[in-house]
Amino acid sequence: MTEVLEAIARLLIVFIAFLTLPLLVGQLEHKAMAHMQSRVGPMYAGGFHGWAQLVADGVKFAQKEAIVPAAADRTVFRLAPALALIPYFVAMIAIPVGPDLVGRDIDAGVFFVLAVMGVGVIGTLMAGWASANKYSLLGAVRQVSQLMAYELPFVLAAASVAMAAGSVGFTDIVDAWQPWWLLWQLPAAVVFFVAGLAELNRPPFDMPVADAEIIFGPYTEYSGLRFALFLLAEYAGIVLLCLLTSVLFLGGWNGPFVDSWLWTFAKAGVLAFVVIWLRVSYPRLRADQLQKLAWQILIPVALAQLLLTGVVTVAW
Amino acid sequence: MVSGAGRSDEKGVGLLKGLGITLTSMTRRSITEQYPDVKPELPPRSRGVIALFDENCTSCMLCARECPDWCIYIDSHKEVIPAPEEGGRERTRNVLDRFAIDFSLCMYCGICIEVCPFDALFWSPEFEYAEFDIRTMTHEKERLGQWMLTVPPPPALDPAAADPKELQSLRKKAGAKPPPADGTDDT
Repeated sequence: MTEVLEAIARLLIVFIAFLTLPLLVGQLEHKAMAHMQSRVGPMYAGGFHGWAQLVADGVKFAQKEAIVPAAADRTVFRLAPALALIPYFVAMIAIPVGPDLVGRDIDAGVFFVLAVMGVGVIGTLMAGWASANKYSLLGAVRQVSQLMAYELPFVLAAASVAMAAGSVGFTDIVDAWQPWWLLWQLPAAVVFFVAGLAELNRPPFDMPVADAEIIFGPYTEYSGLRFALFLLAEYAGIVLLCLLTSVLFLGGWNGPFVDSWLWTFAKAGVLAFVVIWLRVSYPRLRADQLQKLAWQILIPVALAQLLLTGVVTVAW
Repeated sequence: MVSGAGRSDEKGVGLLKGLGITLTSMTRRSITEQYPDVKPELPPRSRGVIALFDENCTSCMLCARECPDWCIYIDSHKEVIPAPEEGGRERTRNVLDRFAIDFSLCMYCGICIEVCPFDALFWSPEFEYAEFDIRTMTHEKERLGQWMLTVPPPPALDPAAADPKELQSLRKKAGAKPPPADGTDDT
């Protein structure tokens, strides 16, 4: 009985984190992006520097009419946002943030999370297909082709660190992590982060949703709460990527003074800032540039890193 | 990285430069004007609204005729002033009945102000007179007169400016040499 209660409590905590952390990232994006562009961002909602802007946005989305286009495949259209969002929640359950702070410790955590994260794209594909809109379909197909290209370096980079630690469990990887891995696994970390950004469609890899050319791609026809769910999925994806990168490559809760879950969140927070920073700084990549970056740079680098990791691990 | 970051730079330098630019602009103060909360600092001689000093107006109609949009409406009538003493001559003068500017038509060219020979029209920097109904954009004489309270004092003369025509002709008549154009001579 206590085990069941504990499992429920853990799930509840993960669920709350799943709903609040993306909002924090979103607010950080609002403010950091604004100041990087010499603006001030939201200032009114909530009174103090617009801290409640995203709450207000959520209320607005909830009030809006949920429109389903006449030609749409209704069931698929309605299911798509859930399918885009839930994988990130499931993945978040398996990511530890502290020595015992994890929704559910899974032995093959890295496998599990990477596999589940890849499911999210089906939601986008469903959304694009079911919308009965050529731009949506175009966006969905772009999304899938982008995922095909970037899943490979993403997994290879994760494999490198798993090989170095000799385990595919997150806790084991963090326990085996040494500060000098920062240098040794640096190429893998960069490849992992960049490929993760591309999987999340974050600018500069936002070609599938490019609002100026295909009007938000797969999400064109969505409105109200369903659209908000897609947005939430995007920001949950950022949280997930930042947590994953800090746990796999930056030592997770290993810190200079004391090992604490605060370190995990601090590292993830800095990475989330970098995600926003990159978005503000760089223009969108073209389709050919995207594929070129994946196949000609990231995958060779990831393979070389894998080779290096293998040699060092065997030689040690 | 993918495309050449800069033509003359090493590859990738442009990417770092871009990051640097966004980071430095984040540390600087933003240039946003918090308008409804903080009033903007307008430059001198801002063209906000046109004010009427109706005591100076002689109903000469110059402004109405020069207005490119024909947005100035003037009604007046003649009033006879009886002769001050027996055998004198009666005088007539124009009395302004209506002076209105339709700001929904006005294009703020300022020709009416330039052309007014009696200094009856002025620029005021006030700009907060938006309305929900286009008909209320026509400001009548009273409203135009109230804008006079917001007219700033005329800017000080430029010390380096040339002397006014009157002074120049006076000097010419007196036979003095015209002063140098830089205006250092203030006699």
